[in-house]
Amino acid sequence: MKYFPLIWATLWRRKTRTILTLLSIVVAFLLFGVLETVDYAFAHPGAGGAGADKLITTNKYSITLSLPFSYTQQIRTVPGVAAVTWISWFGAYYQESKNFVFALPIDTESYFQLHQDEFIVSDADMHAFETTRTGALVNTALMQKFGWKVGGKVPLHSTIWTQKNGALDWTFDIVGTFSVKDKTQQGAQSSTLLFHYEMFDEGRSFGKGNVGWFEERVSDPLQSAAIGSRIDSLFANSSNETKTQPAKDFALAFIKQLGDIGFIIRAILGAVFFTLLFLTGNTMMQSVRERIPELAVLKTLGFSNPQVLGLVLSESLLLCLLAAVAGLALSYTVLPIVKEAGLQGLELSAAALAPGIGVAVLLSLIVGLPPALRAMRLNIVDGLAGKR
Amino acid sequence: MFKQLTAITVMNLRTLPQRLGASSVIVIGIAGVVAVLVSVLAMSVGFRHTLADSGRADRAIVLRGGSDAELNSNLTREDIDVISNAPGVAKDGAGQAVLSNEIVSVVNVPKADTGTDANITLRGVGAKLLEVRPELTLVDGRMFHPAVREVIAGVGAVNQFRGLTTGSVLHLRNADWTVTGVFSSNGDIHESELLADVNTVGSALERTGFSSAVVLLTSAAAFDAFKDALTTDPRLKVDVQREPSYYAAQSQQLTTTINIVGNTVAIIMAIGAMFGALNSMYSAVAARGLEIATLRAIGFGASPVLLSVMIETLMLSLIGGVIGAGLAWTFFNGHTVSTLGGAFAQVVFQLRVTPALIVTGIVWACLIGLLGGFFPALRAARLPVAAALRAV
Repeated sequence: MKYFPLIWATLWRRKTRTILTLLSIVVAFLLFGVLETVDYAFAHPGAGGAGADKLITTNKYSITLSLPFSYTQQIRTVPGVAAVTWISWFGAYYQESKNFVFALPIDTESYFQLHQDEFIVSDADMHAFETTRTGALVNTALMQKFGWKVGGKVPLHSTIWTQKNGALDWTFDIVGTFSVKDKTQQGAQSSTLLFHYEMFDEGRSFGKGNVGWFEERVSDPLQSAAIGSRIDSLFANSSNETKTQPAKDFALAFIKQLGDIGFIIRAILGAVFFTLLFLTGNTMMQSVRERIPELAVLKTLGFSNPQVLGLVLSESLLLCLLAAVAGLALSYTVLPIVKEAGLQGLELSAAALAPGIGVAVLLSLIVGLPPALRAMRLNIVDGLAGKR
Repeated sequence: MFKQLTAITVMNLRTLPQRLGASSVIVIGIAGVVAVLVSVLAMSVGFRHTLADSGRADRAIVLRGGSDAELNSNLTREDIDVISNAPGVAKDGAGQAVLSNEIVSVVNVPKADTGTDANITLRGVGAKLLEVRPELTLVDGRMFHPAVREVIAGVGAVNQFRGLTTGSVLHLRNADWTVTGVFSSNGDIHESELLADVNTVGSALERTGFSSAVVLLTSAAAFDAFKDALTTDPRLKVDVQREPSYYAAQSQQLTTTINIVGNTVAIIMAIGAMFGALNSMYSAVAARGLEIATLRAIGFGASPVLLSVMIETLMLSLIGGVIGAGLAWTFFNGHTVSTLGGAFAQVVFQLRVTPALIVTGIVWACLIGLLGGFFPALRAARLPVAAALRAV
């Protein structure tokens, strides 16, 4: 630590060069931070409060095929299933097709029993929802997005479900709002609107008695795989076979369908850091080359070879760490913008930034080692003579 | 002036081999930016190309009003009859409408590379399929037969998903379906699909209605009359679109997203590469301070010095740009991938590194070079001659 002023001084020997190098490393780590966070978000999706105790049962052959409502009773009898609820895909938007609304028809009692303690709803709002047939509970973020008010009526366009009169527009009364307890789920739930399954089932002109999918909560998460296969075996060889999987896996499988996002991100970061190695390596080489006489003086003063090696390596480490921390901090501040730009529903987490420090240390070793070794092997006489 | 410029530039370039390390920083930095930019944009170009190739201006697609996509839509048999009799619909030799009434559904099929389930489109098609879509040709096996559980698979789907080659058996809804052949279709979206007889699919899915009607028109110009007739018909509530505009709308969101992501990443990388170029050129100028001062002393002007530094940077960037675009082309042109398209189903497409993209990449390279070379060039031109000479 006592050599810190010396390292600091040598780092700033050529201000322009150091600043430019620092800035390129900052840029690289800014990209690293953003892309890694996105990758992390894709690999750890927030699937609507998907704890380890949640299962989801869909039609085995296609998520677009429905399942008979009558399965509810059979699923309920499976030992280990603590709660069951049923939901359908409503496919709604508000005014324009870009204004997607994740509108879910829910069976109030079983839905909240299953997702107990996940939503924050005031007692008054919950009471209003339970007693209003056309009522809707809306995420506060969605209320703000469209400027909706409690007490107002909101028409949603379903791209699938026609009402009995043939209309695709459904009107709801906003009776209350909710937010989610687990803040990491806020992104995933930000466009959710909950309304009554009874209203949906009575109102639609076709598909009555069928549901989109079932959700289950199991009492022992360790048993969830076994319970899942027990549920599926109930309906084996029927015309509507089921596929039950942990809700997390369901969300992951969906994201995997987008493509190998991890590969794309790693390829981009590979290109970024490959070019960065050259750039920083070149800077370190140059800076040591220019300082050969000075390094020889240090050795003359009694600095040992390992000490000189350490000095150069520390300089490289300081350069990389300084820039990496700045870059990662910068990426943390731009993450909200990235989220705004189209990754809503993905919760971006700071946990993905930590490996960045490791990468910075690795980078500093790779670029610092060749010049450091050169400095260590330097012969005092040659160095003082300015010979390289 | 021009003579001076040539003399200095040639001299600078001759000394390049001595500054290989610093110069390669510019080349490699810019090659990285261009390679990433071109590869990412090649995805959006490829995806758009696949969807843009799906459809002809003289073909129309009819959906239930307000449905947005085939998967959500529902038309009755009566609707199909009305559509068949609308003006502008092409007729075959027997006087029947060239129309395919279709059912679109998605089925789970494992992806070839990961083995995880993916949604692919199973499209029930009408008897006039080959007249409506003449671009469809079998490359292997035979056509499916109606009334038995047989499908044909698109070449894209066969390559990207497991168990779709001719002779394979698919288990769908408690019944076995045989793949009897593989078809190609001009590289369009249907190559990502499975096709089967519409009535067989309908009975397997217990569906009475249809998702869409695809109609061949007598000419592209007949579209307006056809659309007007259907949208004003009180018996119907439908949306009528030309096929190309229907598929273009499906590609819009994804291509926009890819373009934003690609450009943002490339801009950030370009800033990094520009710092690298600045760094290299500043040290190049510093190392040549004496040369430059000597040239100025013997009568060379400031602008040839400035221009020569700019030219050197530009040449290095150009090399970087060409290398980057070349890398993207070598590794990714024609690379086949699949993603979830607008309609909840996988779309198989190829990355396309087009000449236009390569030009874009090289333009970016030159811009980075111009910005990275300008300030060092300015410093070179403003170098105080006397002071630089005295520094010897």
